[in-house]
Amino acid sequence: MTNNHDRSIAFVRTEDVPAAPPPPNAAGPTKWLKDNLFATIPNSILTIVALLVIYLILQGTLPWLLNGVWVSPSLSVCRDILDGATGACFAVLTERWNQLLFGFQYPADLYWRPGLAFILLFFAAAPVLFFDLPRKLLIFTALYPFIAFYLIWGGSILTPIVALVGVVAGAAVYQRYVKGSFALGFFAGIVAALIVWNLGGLIIPDEEITEGAMRSVASRDLGGFMLNMMLGVTCVSLSVPLGIALALGRQSSMPLIKYICVIFIEFIRGVPLITLLFVASVMLSYFFPPEATVDLFLRVVIMITMFSAAYIAEVIRGGLAALPKGQYEAGDSLGLDYAQSMRLIILPQALKISIPGIVNVAVGLFKDTTLVSVISMFDLVGMIRGPILASTDWQGIYWELFGFAALLFFVVCYGISQYSQWLERRLATDHR
Amino acid sequence: MAEATQMKVSDELAITIENMNKWYGTFHVLRDIDLTVYRGERIVICGPSGSGKSTLIRCINALEEHQQGKIVVDGTVLSSDLKNIDKIRSEVGMCFQHFNLFPHLTILENCTLAPIWVRKTPKKEAEETAMHFLEKVKIPDQANKYPGQLSGGQQQRVAIARSLCMKPRIMLFDEPTSALDPEMIKEVLDTMIELAEEGMTMLCVTHEMGFARQVANRVIFMDQGQIVEQNEPEEFFLNPQSERTQLFLSQILGH
Repeated sequence: MTNNHDRSIAFVRTEDVPAAPPPPNAAGPTKWLKDNLFATIPNSILTIVALLVIYLILQGTLPWLLNGVWVSPSLSVCRDILDGATGACFAVLTERWNQLLFGFQYPADLYWRPGLAFILLFFAAAPVLFFDLPRKLLIFTALYPFIAFYLIWGGSILTPIVALVGVVAGAAVYQRYVKGSFALGFFAGIVAALIVWNLGGLIIPDEEITEGAMRSVASRDLGGFMLNMMLGVTCVSLSVPLGIALALGRQSSMPLIKYICVIFIEFIRGVPLITLLFVASVMLSYFFPPEATVDLFLRVVIMITMFSAAYIAEVIRGGLAALPKGQYEAGDSLGLDYAQSMRLIILPQALKISIPGIVNVAVGLFKDTTLVSVISMFDLVGMIRGPILASTDWQGIYWELFGFAALLFFVVCYGISQYSQWLERRLATDHR
Repeated sequence: MAEATQMKVSDELAITIENMNKWYGTFHVLRDIDLTVYRGERIVICGPSGSGKSTLIRCINALEEHQQGKIVVDGTVLSSDLKNIDKIRSEVGMCFQHFNLFPHLTILENCTLAPIWVRKTPKKEAEETAMHFLEKVKIPDQANKYPGQLSGGQQQRVAIARSLCMKPRIMLFDEPTSALDPEMIKEVLDTMIELAEEGMTMLCVTHEMGFARQVANRVIFMDQGQIVEQNEPEEFFLNPQSERTQLFLSQILGH
């Protein structure tokens, strides 16, 4: 110890230690392999087993994929071409792509119409999904449902125009009276829209347009992946606002509203979707007057929307419950009314918390649209199970068709989930 | 009553509470509260926890509902009429123990939200007012940050600025420094002292007795839901009348 005192502890560095390249075991691929794959003996064993499994899977599927036949009129011809070798018959996709995408009854010369509606969907969805874009683009989003309706169903252009005028009139009346009270504005708006729609119904010609580029296409002629996309997009965009309303209604201090919402949510959650779809296809007509015909597509949209709205309501209720009471009190103490504090303070935070849950419901809903195939609507799965597999040309081909269906759904659902993760990162402002 | 007249800062009434009672279920939290506050008065309310002091000031802006008695704030009678409640709330600012800033909005947006939506102030004007008050609480440079990026003391000062942006005539403080680290308490109290010196009518639930001595016109001691004693600060601290007040003061000033 005393030695330390003899030596001076003062020290001044006169030249820098030169930087040297790291030894091979401190960086580079060798280190990465050692750290991540062969760190311990059990790790090494797991790595080798995993590699083996991957090899076996690829060995089985790669020849099938790479040796696939893309041009062939039928399964038997395809088998002849393959001549006993392993290989997929992707020819069914190239032969029947139009049926898989649009159903078997949509007029082939009109495929551009749903195609255009699909492309416009991206422009309509962009300002909603990416809120950094200019707010004015939302005008197109508001117009999109009417444009898409006209493109897909065709017919008289007056139909979507009357519908649009009705909505605009309703919104204008709502704006005018909402300052008095929300209920007054809400119901006055609905009445105004109904009046416009009823009056407008008089000017819409009764006979269907059967000629030309914009001729009518009936709902029963819709099919394929287009039908899944239409159901998915419509139902998700309707069920989120309905779910918010139900979640707020369930928290309401007015017992009547509260119990209507509770009963609705609990009833819907207690019933399988497939039952609701059968109700939509078979039983719902009993509830309407005999002369009224409500479109099957519309009935299915109503049922799926109600179903997912009940789930979304519960997800949002969780988000609302997670907010500290102080947020409500702070809004109240600043003099914000109920609608303002919900819209500006509570919902933005509650919805942010609920994003993963809502996306979960949305992805599930989108996949559940394939259930309409059991009530004889020819969506993607309905097309595969029905017209394509039943045809003499392609009887007995499963992997290629269902693999394609899985791929389409995977692309959409993976996109949704990636978007939601981006959104969560983008909205992370609380720095917890 | 000679003392009572001395306490007055002006003759104008800000708040009158007459014979107010409140129950939580069957529990009688506030009993026969009578309180008159004149404009410009600074009142500190203290008392042991559970004595009803927070509940009392939360009744003034109807965050809590009272069951009996009459509360008049700035000439408006507090009833179950939502219009009256919203009117009172926009005239009465409130600061909470846990700040309750809106975490999804920036500091500036926190301050401009209520003026824009309740007062219908144009956005630009609201932002100018907000910057003015943020400068007053000495954090204008944080305007574009989010509450989560600020320290507790800064957040509470933002909360004060947020209330001030509504140009309230009365400010309520519900234990504004209880959730803060000791070194941050001073910056918040300094802001409050500055506010008091400008003549704001303030009701403040706090245990900061130094603050009470420095700025209060009147100290109110509550226990078990009742106002036990009220007096000028000097008299209150030097010469407490009731036994319960003496016990309370000996406990909080003793260490």
